[in-house]
Amino acid sequence: MPKVTFPRMGESWRAFKILLEDLGNEVVVPPRPSKRTLDLGVRHSPEFACFPLKILMGTYLEAIEMGADTIVTTGGVGPCRAGEYAMLHHKIIKDLGHDLKMIVFEPPRLYPVNFIKNIYALNKARVSIKGIIDHIKRGWRKLQALDNAEKLSHIIRPRENNSGTTTRVYRKVLDWIDQANTTQQIIEAEASALEALHNVPHEPARPVLKVGIVGEIYVLLEPASNLEIEETLGDLGVEVERSMFLTGWTRDNTWSETTHCLTVKEAAAPYLPELVGGHGRDSIGNTILYAKRGFDGIIQLAPFTCIPEIVARTILPRVSKEYEIPILTFFLDEQTGKTGMTTRLEAFTDLMRRKKNIHAARISLTG
Amino acid sequence: MVVKVGIPSTLLYYTYYPFWKAFFNEIGVQVVTSGKTNKSILDSGVKEALADACVPVKLFFGHVMEIREKVDCLFIPRVVCLNRKTVFCPKFLGLPDMIRYSVNNIPPIIDVRMDTRQGPMSLFRAYLKIGEYLGAGKLTASYAYCKASNILNTYNSLLRKGLNPVEAIDYLENPNGKLFEHHVKTKTNLRFAVLGYPYAIYDSFINVNILDSLRKLGVSVVTAENIHPLLLAVQKNCGLPKRLFWTFSDMALKAAHLIFRQGNVDGVLHLTAFGCGPDSILNKFIEFEAKQHRNIPFMTLMIDEHTGEAGMFTRLEAFVDMVRRRKEMSACPR
Repeated sequence: MPKVTFPRMGESWRAFKILLEDLGNEVVVPPRPSKRTLDLGVRHSPEFACFPLKILMGTYLEAIEMGADTIVTTGGVGPCRAGEYAMLHHKIIKDLGHDLKMIVFEPPRLYPVNFIKNIYALNKARVSIKGIIDHIKRGWRKLQALDNAEKLSHIIRPRENNSGTTTRVYRKVLDWIDQANTTQQIIEAEASALEALHNVPHEPARPVLKVGIVGEIYVLLEPASNLEIEETLGDLGVEVERSMFLTGWTRDNTWSETTHCLTVKEAAAPYLPELVGGHGRDSIGNTILYAKRGFDGIIQLAPFTCIPEIVARTILPRVSKEYEIPILTFFLDEQTGKTGMTTRLEAFTDLMRRKKNIHAARISLTG
Repeated sequence: MVVKVGIPSTLLYYTYYPFWKAFFNEIGVQVVTSGKTNKSILDSGVKEALADACVPVKLFFGHVMEIREKVDCLFIPRVVCLNRKTVFCPKFLGLPDMIRYSVNNIPPIIDVRMDTRQGPMSLFRAYLKIGEYLGAGKLTASYAYCKASNILNTYNSLLRKGLNPVEAIDYLENPNGKLFEHHVKTKTNLRFAVLGYPYAIYDSFINVNILDSLRKLGVSVVTAENIHPLLLAVQKNCGLPKRLFWTFSDMALKAAHLIFRQGNVDGVLHLTAFGCGPDSILNKFIEFEAKQHRNIPFMTLMIDEHTGEAGMFTRLEAFVDMVRRRKEMSACPR
């Protein structure tokens, strides 16, 4: 039986694992990126490749050590580099002397045959088409449950009474969701997870700063690559709203009917009408939407040399000025240290808090 | 008064300037270029652009700063795709926006979108739009487009004869000049392929005169621009499951594939810019290509805003010496 592994992105591995296992594969769960993962990745990747490529390289090599012989990953049609990752990874891994099968999912709308072929290759248990659809639905539901728990943890953490409780509870509830197997169980696990998070002793009325996080998807979703920025911010008393979740695009589609009658694309159009690949345009669009919703600040996360985010970063200062919203950018790479990042975040939080207080004082004086 | 359109002399300048110049002149618009890169252009570019951007983009900022006060509008087209297959680097796609929102006192920008994936006539329509913006009628613009296309063909055939873009542009501007002067140059006994992007290879300031240095060392140079596009096209995907997304990178990889396969060069150089996104992928693929052809030495040279001429020349000298020695050794094995 082939031993399958896949890229790790935050907690999503729990859903992919159950899906691949249902289709009859043996799954090697990719390990959480560590110092060693990075070292391996950096050693075998091109020097100026972006950070996700290096982390994934390391993750794959570690998974191969654990016995994986097939990698399932995604492709893309550009112009972001991520679309070429699979090709490059495969070539490097082969060059290192590992015999390995790579199953690359291209966008199914453009390459339907590729999609069906790949599903067929992964479907070792010969599950019927209806069965596959059910499995995918269940995996998706699990992803949603994981995302919902994470979203709630971002809201509770800055308001908790004892620092660290939310993180502890959050880690625990992830296991509950992980152990749920049927859709019914997933829904129940999700409900009890949300309840457990709500039961963390916290002060719902505490005034907190609200920060939106925008940027490149991998460094947003993988806490090991962004040095747990959300936890750090939460501990500083900042409520975080992340612009991207794996299940998040559904929200983007419904947005046009709700808050500001704007999709991310429309919001970004005056500044960047072109799709520059990756999430460059989304970074700008989301920044504008957050500003309109009255957030206190924006943090942009991007891998070092990320092309689309550099384009976005060049334009963002103007957005910051016109919408009067502070923006802090982190270009992350293997040299980024957590202490340096925390210091910058502390300073940024202080500035936001001051701005907010001055603003509040001015309102109370005049009105 | 004649309208002045500014064209920064970098990035796509080396590929399309003759076309643009002919087009604008034909519709009665004066073209102003920012001239050759120099220290002050580089410095102002480095100061103005984002620190994380690559050198070519920083240079572009510098060139824009150089001409922004001398012209009525800037021509920075949003060139997305010109061959229906590959697109340009994301930084090219966002170029007009980057300039508009981060440089102060910028004249109006002509940022017409050029994307041939939207139909065979889309390029033509894009130029009609430019003509309309500058007040030229459809007929004039169409005529100018045809004339410019002809000039571009002449230009490309000059490139294929072995001229480099700077020489070819010079020749097109005063045709009675000295076309084959550089062919009478110093004797060369080695032939190198220099791969990389036109705006890095032919900008003699940013690459600290690499082409001239090679010529001085007795090496003649072939670049991807000297190869017929058809020869490149038949390379397909170079044995990879899919092509590289980016036009220039795709071209460079195909050229590498072809050159290594033909084996009629003595060495291959890849010139890359610090922080270039597509190059991080491209360079690795060229390296793999080189690994399969161990009889042709390969070296990567990286340039950035701090590159010094002496350091670069030393590396070239060492590489050339080694290649030459190896060639002599293999000529007389005993």
